Amino acid sequence: MSLLRFITCGSVDDGKSTLIGRLLWDSKLIFEDQLASLEADSKKLGTQNGSIDYALLLDGLQAEREQGITIDVAYRYFATDKRKFIVADTPGHEQYTRNMVTGASTASVAVILVDARKGLLTQTRLHSFLASLVGIRHLVLAVNKMDLVDYSASRFHAIREEYEVFVAGLGFKGITALPISALQGDNVLIRSQQTPWYNGPSLMEHLENIEVDDQTAELPFRLPVQLVNRPTPDFRGFCGTIASGRVRPGDQLVVAASGAVSRVARIITMDGDLAEAQAGQSITITLEDEIDISRGDILADPQARPAQADQFEAHIVWMHDQQLLPGRSYLLKSGASTVSVQISSIKYKININTLQHEPARVLALNEIGVCNLALGKAIAADPYQENKATGSFILIDRFSNATAGAGMINFALRRATNIHWQQQQVTREVRAALKAQHPCVIWFTGLSGSGKSTLANALEQKLASSGRHTMLLDGDNIRHGLNKDLGFTEADRVENIRRIGEVARLMVDAGLIVITAFISPYRAEREMVRNLLPEDEFVEVYVNTPLEECERRDVKGLYKKARQGKLPNFTGIDAPYEAPQAPALTIDTSVLTIEEGVEAILGMMNCT
Amino acid sequence: MLRLALKAFYPARPPFPLLHIDTTWKFREMISFRDQMAAEYGFDLLIHINEEGLSLGITPFTHGSALYTDVMKTDGLKQALDKYRFDAAFGGARRDEEKSRAKERIFSFRNEQHRWDPKNQRPELWNIYNTRIRPGESIRVFPLSNWTELDIWQYIHLEQIPVVPLYFAKERPVVERDGMLMLLDDERLELKPDEQVQMKSVRFRTLGCYPLTGAIESTASTLPEIIQEMLLATTSERQGRLIDHDQAGSMEKKKQEGYF
Repeated sequence: MSLLRFITCGSVDDGKSTLIGRLLWDSKLIFEDQLASLEADSKKLGTQNGSIDYALLLDGLQAEREQGITIDVAYRYFATDKRKFIVADTPGHEQYTRNMVTGASTASVAVILVDARKGLLTQTRLHSFLASLVGIRHLVLAVNKMDLVDYSASRFHAIREEYEVFVAGLGFKGITALPISALQGDNVLIRSQQTPWYNGPSLMEHLENIEVDDQTAELPFRLPVQLVNRPTPDFRGFCGTIASGRVRPGDQLVVAASGAVSRVARIITMDGDLAEAQAGQSITITLEDEIDISRGDILADPQARPAQADQFEAHIVWMHDQQLLPGRSYLLKSGASTVSVQISSIKYKININTLQHEPARVLALNEIGVCNLALGKAIAADPYQENKATGSFILIDRFSNATAGAGMINFALRRATNIHWQQQQVTREVRAALKAQHPCVIWFTGLSGSGKSTLANALEQKLASSGRHTMLLDGDNIRHGLNKDLGFTEADRVENIRRIGEVARLMVDAGLIVITAFISPYRAEREMVRNLLPEDEFVEVYVNTPLEECERRDVKGLYKKARQGKLPNFTGIDAPYEAPQAPALTIDTSVLTIEEGVEAILGMMNCT
Repeated sequence: MLRLALKAFYPARPPFPLLHIDTTWKFREMISFRDQMAAEYGFDLLIHINEEGLSLGITPFTHGSALYTDVMKTDGLKQALDKYRFDAAFGGARRDEEKSRAKERIFSFRNEQHRWDPKNQRPELWNIYNTRIRPGESIRVFPLSNWTELDIWQYIHLEQIPVVPLYFAKERPVVERDGMLMLLDDERLELKPDEQVQMKSVRFRTLGCYPLTGAIESTASTLPEIIQEMLLATTSERQGRLIDHDQAGSMEKKKQEGYF
């Protein structure tokens, strides 16, 4: 029996939960004990004046039942004689784009609900666009609450025609419009007497019979390797679920990352070896040759390889409270590989009400943008519209570990494949040896007025007088030159630190001891710089002077201005400072003198 | 789930031990089945009992199902997870079982106190799972989330998977208490004055602690008969589980506190 996964979407009060409750109810899939608690809950909450409120079947969490809203994706399971179904019910509130994208990512049909009285809303457009974006090709337009417009044929046809114009160009293969009443059950399970002018199927009939032609087995072969299986020293197999295509023993396969080629020796399962396996099957493959393969690699058809690149253009749906900032380092997970990634630029964001492209410097929660990505390491991938499994990824916040975004690859950027590292003859070790020192970055971080620059200057003097080659980077020599195009918004601060980090790295490569004195308020950016350098070449010094003391000093009069509201985004006043969690050293200049501070730093520096 | 784990890692063996939180009130046949399977497959079987709860004499009969479950199951599980420092534990829960489970992710995160925060779950897209945690946090993983009760039994039938015999109907001694048919599994069940032991053809749709798990009257003694009975069932599987009905939002609360 085939399985159909579908999603229902609509605005608040369009009747999504009622429809699903009705589908379960009419298919006799609500059990007596569930009905008893449904009746009790309906009476207690009184949402339908004492009658049964089907929505309560789906609103599983207490907060939802109390507030009469759906706050998360819910999955329901039912079966008829013809098909098994998994339905994702996603909330219609505007701020819940992330839930709909989540529910839609595993669905092949979207049922879009429209209230017959209200017609199409801006959110109807959003839901249709999101369905198209995640690759759903079959739409059902359920014009609900027909009982409240006297089952008017003209009303139904007007909405249907308007909708078809509305979604033209979104790439849907089939759109089926149905007049229904979820509350009364018209055209839900059986065709209704109330709509004699409608000759099409009921919703259930349509869902039972719709062909979603899953083509993944016909696509080029891809096996993302989840596990290298080594039960004995002489056995080496590669386990995973086939993402697309088919494979047989004797087929030639290529490791996308290295280009190494071999032939399939065996396709192994616990139920015996297979003569052929295809998309969706979980298998262990052995190869004829010993080639280097690890978890995260993709085994592919050599005639139709995925792109191997470290720069991509992709659609990103942002799902995190903290906005996406270009330049900040995130983790990207695709298949079984996880790599670091930066958004190098946001080309535009998509206004979800008008679908117009708009310029953007950041992406906020529930915003969708087209971005260029720069990965820490090349991965193998396909365009999402060609292959969902190898074209999708998630972005992970490095600190909270939250799933911060979902991405769909459009294409690999050409320049990624054309820029190659030039092997250098004079290495960083040679340059360091010439200066007879161990280069590193001493990175001061702390509030304005905490004493960073004073400490940095004193440290550099001390190092220079003992014959060390140094360079001091601070606000004066950076903000007036390299970064004079940047302001003080969150996005600009991130880019500011990113550039300073890259410059510091080049100078360390040149053999210098680099001292930096910047507020550098965000942990993520300091971590990014740390990751640019070998472990012992980044020394974080946290100048932890109390805010009151910094404000009392107010060397440049900035706190005064900030307190008067004349200097927005001032760290410590109306912009956050994220203290280091494990600095190499913490110095409070209200306790230590500058000389004592410098001695403490020299005492722990192993890079001189 | 065990069968799927065996298949997933084949030809290697699953690289993790099996953990049983033994409340000491499980059906005797469950325990012998557990030991038999562990011996047959050579699994590394860990058994944990909340000794503190045991020494306090907490039983489902004397302390009520809610407190008993908190102490012997939830606390017992937390103790074991802390003891072995597991960063992930697989469980067989399904979304079709209960309303709050319908909203739980396949990878479900727990803080250092093993608490679940249902309003702050990570979205799960496609089949890409974010498995990153901080030290002290842990993951409950539910690979069977999208299976239904019927799927399970059809798979058991298809794959000929051995199951605890209590799932099959047989004449068994039962007592009716609080509208539930309780199996007379051992001598610790003390009959109340008006109670009578009856022999009835019964089976179980779900197995937990015997004093908290109701039997159903049934004659289904083969897998096809069980599947047939399920297709005609008018009550849900967890209806026989007392702890789900302690109070409104009962399972959600238990899960927040760390219940599997």
